[in-house]
Amino acid sequence: MLELRDVDAAYGDIRVLSGVTLAVGAGEIVALLGPNGSGKSTLLTSIAGLLHPRGGTIRWDGEDLTRVPAHLVVERGLALVPEGRRLFGGMTVEDNLELGAFAPRARRHRAEGFARVYALFPDLRERRRQLVASLSGGQQQMVAVGRALMTNPRLLMLDEPSLGIAPRLVVSIFAALAEINRAGVGVFLVEQNVQAALTLAHRAYVLESGRIAGQGSAADLLHDPHVRRAYLGPLAVRHS
Amino acid sequence: MSVLAQQLVLGLLIGGLYGLAAAGLSLVFGVMKVLDVAHGELIMLGGYGAFWVVALLGIDPFAALGVVIPLALLGGGLLYSGLFSFVVRADEETRVKNSLLIGFGLALALHALAVQLWTADERSIVTPYGGAVIMVGDLAIPLVRLLSLLLAFLLLGGLHLLLARWRWGKAIRATAEDWQAALLTGIDVRRAYLLAFAIGTALAGAAGTLVSVGYSVSPSIGLEWTLKALIVVVLAGLGSMIGTFVGGLVLGVAEAASAAVFGGPYREVVGLVIFVVVLVVRPRGLFGK
Repeated sequence: MLELRDVDAAYGDIRVLSGVTLAVGAGEIVALLGPNGSGKSTLLTSIAGLLHPRGGTIRWDGEDLTRVPAHLVVERGLALVPEGRRLFGGMTVEDNLELGAFAPRARRHRAEGFARVYALFPDLRERRRQLVASLSGGQQQMVAVGRALMTNPRLLMLDEPSLGIAPRLVVSIFAALAEINRAGVGVFLVEQNVQAALTLAHRAYVLESGRIAGQGSAADLLHDPHVRRAYLGPLAVRHS
Repeated sequence: MSVLAQQLVLGLLIGGLYGLAAAGLSLVFGVMKVLDVAHGELIMLGGYGAFWVVALLGIDPFAALGVVIPLALLGGGLLYSGLFSFVVRADEETRVKNSLLIGFGLALALHALAVQLWTADERSIVTPYGGAVIMVGDLAIPLVRLLSLLLAFLLLGGLHLLLARWRWGKAIRATAEDWQAALLTGIDVRRAYLLAFAIGTALAGAAGTLVSVGYSVSPSIGLEWTLKALIVVVLAGLGSMIGTFVGGLVLGVAEAASAAVFGGPYREVVGLVIFVVVLVVRPRGLFGK
């Protein structure tokens, strides 16, 4: 279980997160909503260890992760699919996936990892010798999710997995996330597509200007008038 | 005509060493975003190292590579731990600036050290077959330089395979492409830096060995080799070792051609012209990714 308590984070002098407290339970799907610039990505990079918080603590199954370097956070079972995917474009699909299994614990489960990723995304098996840069955005997102799965995570964090991707592929990526979760992996999701995120998630937090501005079950938030107005847009309001 | 052809052949032969010299610089810059301007001094030390190994062990200078390369790997590891590991803690823009300062300081220190230890005289390793020449038509190809070219090619081919197949080789490439993404896959990026720097230094050691056999070393050759390597890196671009080798050959031949056409003093000018033209026309280099 992941627990953040009073986490403050900043880039240089610019404060991004103030006193963020939240938790993601084992095997839970939690969505993090909020407008652009509210600090959602910063929150995920802080948990992943790429940015060390100025204050507060990040705990994972009781262990303090606040100062643990990023490559060791992965080793402990937290994986981040970063915004913009950040794949190794000059390498093949297979090499990208294999690099996901770089850490010792993941390497022991390499064969299962490949089987699991190729079962979720059969497309990738056929394209495993292709350079990642030659794939479509949706296929690249599958590689990004696959690479994170290869680290054998217990919590999978995703930053905007639907951004710039054909709707048909968004559906299959969200279906894959549900499938991954059925195997017991927790999911912590930052997503602009609030409808899709709340349909998938069990619970959600709302982050505004670096502070937690609300939380609740996904079903409640989906029908909350403030959330609908702020994040689902006028269309959703008109339909309701 | 045959004089020109002879010049071009000699240019091609030294071009292989330009490629080898550039490969280490390219690897270190590509992976760490650190410009090691003391790379030429490392080549110089490699040359003296080979000189010692040959003198002390009485072995063939090409066999001396088997001793110089492991020593240079170790030396590079120590140099990284002692100096450059502090540079890579900074963000990427600061890194280049800081590495320039450290590199120039290191270059001066190594130059002074070499003058103290070995005087400022030029030396080269003499072998029994040093004067041997292979005649192709009326072209004379010095055996030692031909062997050096082949070894440079084999070393860079080996490095290419290492980066393509070895687990840490892939990790080094991943780090070069996106170090944060590399961290997210569980790669210890600091260790990738250490390995890249050690391998880069080993390449400098190998280049130095070949320079001291086919050509000559003195404490002051460092800057010249750093410049050649830099020109080749700009010409070839980052990310391909085979491309770097070809870039070295191009520079060697271009220098020879310009010396033959415009006269000896213009040998060095062509490299700088290539440097500027490539930066203007194709900043990522001929083979850059």
